Amino acid sequence: MARALLTVDNLQTNYGAIRAVKGISFVVEAGATVTLIGANGAGKSTTLNTISGLLKPAGGTVTFDGVDITGWRADRVTAAGLVQVPEGREVLAPLTVAENLELGAYTRRDKEVAQDMARILDRFPRLAERRDQQAGSLSGGEQQMLAIGRALMARPKLLMLDEPSMGLAPVLVRDVFEIISEIQAQGTTILLVEQNAKKALRAADYAYVLEHGVITQEGTGAALLQDTRIVAAYLGSGH
Amino acid sequence: MFWQQLVNALWLGSVYALFALGYTLVFGVLDILNLAHGAVFMWGAFFGLLAVTKLNMPIWAALLVAMLGAGILGIVLDRVAFRPLRKRNAPQLAAIISSIGASTILVSLAQGAFGAQVSRFPFDTLPAQVFTAGPVRVTLVQVIVFAVSLVLMAALLLFMRRSRSGKAMRAVAYSGRISSLLGIDVDRIIVTTFFVSSALAGASGVFLGLAFSAISPFMGAPIELKGLAVIILGGLGNVPGAILAGFLLAATEVFGVAYVSSDFRDAIAFTVLILVLLIRPSGILGTAVERRA
Ligand SMILES: Nc1ncnc2c1ncn2[C@@H]1O[C@H](COP(=O)(O)OP(=O)(O)OP(=O)(O)O)[C@@H](O)[C@H]1O
Ligand SMILES: [Mg+2]
Repeated sequence: MARALLTVDNLQTNYGAIRAVKGISFVVEAGATVTLIGANGAGKSTTLNTISGLLKPAGGTVTFDGVDITGWRADRVTAAGLVQVPEGREVLAPLTVAENLELGAYTRRDKEVAQDMARILDRFPRLAERRDQQAGSLSGGEQQMLAIGRALMARPKLLMLDEPSMGLAPVLVRDVFEIISEIQAQGTTILLVEQNAKKALRAADYAYVLEHGVITQEGTGAALLQDTRIVAAYLGSGH
Repeated sequence: MFWQQLVNALWLGSVYALFALGYTLVFGVLDILNLAHGAVFMWGAFFGLLAVTKLNMPIWAALLVAMLGAGILGIVLDRVAFRPLRKRNAPQLAAIISSIGASTILVSLAQGAFGAQVSRFPFDTLPAQVFTAGPVRVTLVQVIVFAVSLVLMAALLLFMRRSRSGKAMRAVAYSGRISSLLGIDVDRIIVTTFFVSSALAGASGVFLGLAFSAISPFMGAPIELKGLAVIILGGLGNVPGAILAGFLLAATEVFGVAYVSSDFRDAIAFTVLILVLLIRPSGILGTAVERRA
């Protein structure tokens, strides 16, 4: 078994008096792709936002690359190599495409930033065409590509993606999953949250099912795809 | 007459623009109106004055001292008046009240330290040279104030467009949340913003003190109000807008005095402000959709 890159232990997160994540534990092994699936409001985004430092946990621990990062500020978590692409794209709308990508590498001091930028613009020709345009003027699909490209500029050890295919046309959903498989192929560890459970389970080595803030099932992507309850709950018609 | 007024509007406008630039920068990054910006401006003028009179510095070195002093004062202001509120997620109004309080304290401190009377830079701080071209006359002080203000504004625009910190500042202005996910230390960017903003206020304090040959603890109040008009006119948080509006307000004032009456100096300026806002509610260069939490 590979070593654990991310270990979440008994994590709890509250919104005021409401407990949204109720003591969940899971592991993401180095080099693996792990997915967290669950219905709307299950607590998926809350979990990612707590790991990335946008939210403060009420209890439990998060260990990344052997370091206890529980409660760290978001910028420090990113600097440590754990990078989140938040739900809803969230590009820096008034800044240009190129500036968004440059800021993705904000924590890096090495000399290869320009090289990575060239590679990403090469991979996303639509972004290259619009590199000096304001990010806010891009289409939804382009913004998602920019958000992913920007996160890759940080050279993450672990990339957390929160519903990257949300609201995209089927062709673009395919593109997004193609990119995810390319990122996997490069050896980057991925924690993927998706509403498109079937595609997510196919892409993932291992999966956890989150319901009302607790993990109710886990298994390999292939195993969960066979599970009749999962099929009934998350893979019904429309997916 | 026209050309003379135009010259006056240009140098005065450059000082307004410089003052408003820092003002709008803090608004852009933090969404707060820092009503103590005028008090920092006043302290900048005194820092410059002290550097010249007590430390016998040449004016260019005194300008740097004033900018540095005002910049540090800005950081202290943030620490004391704004940061504690930010940490508690206090409403914007609380920050405005806090800045009014800070402004009052800074003015009182200046009164205690320097007295309420008007002070001046020594007459030999800059050569009292006057250039004339036909009926138009312009002093060396005015030329220098105009030129150095333009250089500082250009430097700021370049900093915002090209530098890593400047880009991070624009990112934080749009969303602190996204910025932090990119690894940007938002608190550090806020400190930088206060430093830069206040340093520019300090420079404009020295410039107005030189040009009008008058420095007093109360010199911040009128420009505070004008600066507010300028940043609203330019579109809140909009840097190029503040520059444009600074020149526009100065022109309105100067030409209003020349062609209408000096009794209505501020009234004319504010009438124009209201008229512009009726036509463009979010300012000349303001866009309603540019920002969000
Ligand atoms: N800012 C908030 N304040 C209060 N409650 C919140 C907040 N954000 C989320 N919640 C609640 O916490 C629970 C978990 O929400 P979360 O956004 O983590 O779900 P999710 O699994 O990401 O759902 P989705 O698939 O819709 O993105 C929900 O009940 C939600 O209503
Ligand atoms: Mg979500």
